[in-house]
Amino acid sequence: MARLLYFASLREQINTDQEQLELPQDVTSVHLLKGLLAQRGGRWNEAFSASTALLVSVNQQMANEQSKIQNADEIAFFPPVTGG
Amino acid sequence: MYISVQTEDFDAAAISRQLCKNRTDIGAIVTFSGLVRDRSEAQNLLALELEHYPGMTEKALETIANSAFDQWDIDDLAIIHRVGRLERSANIVLVVVVSAHRKQAFEACEFLMDYLKTRAPFWKKEITRDGESWVDFKASDQQASERWKI
Repeated sequence: MARLLYFASLREQINTDQEQLELPQDVTSVHLLKGLLAQRGGRWNEAFSASTALLVSVNQQMANEQSKIQNADEIAFFPPVTGG
Repeated sequence: MYISVQTEDFDAAAISRQLCKNRTDIGAIVTFSGLVRDRSEAQNLLALELEHYPGMTEKALETIANSAFDQWDIDDLAIIHRVGRLERSANIVLVVVVSAHRKQAFEACEFLMDYLKTRAPFWKKEITRDGESWVDFKASDQQASERWKI
């Protein structure tokens, strides 16, 4: 199982802050995971479509579309950061 | 090095004193405090709500702090960032850098703030009488961060 986390405006958009997800064998990258989440349709499709500026981290390190993922990873999606 | 993500307020003078405690080699203290102002993207702001990614935020701040130590001849630093609901004029963020000479501390402090704003997972929501809205990422912050070329 992978642990998925969602923050800020994205969390509100999909009304989900976290979930456990068994990654299918062929979902081996962030890009493929975003495709899988977009397939949920509706707001998920809007949030995870390719045109949306979302950042991603894998195991609390900044990552990108090509980053490899596997079950047991902590994967977080969030909008560009606005602290300070 | 002192890094904290907290809901409680902080005392910049006390943190500065702490960094210099029992030291005689410090010649410069540079502090930056960020406050909640009453207008930003929204007019008539009542408060900010600060969200963060517990765990990753602290790691990101440590990484940024270590970059500053690698790049400048500084002796110690502190970064404190508050989260949760913050009313107008409340403290949001504090960066303190101490060094032998001012130039190193000034530059490192600016660098720390520029990187913090673009690389640490915090998100601001503005609360006004008319409702709430998430603050948009600013391209000017990205440009400020990229000028360091580190």
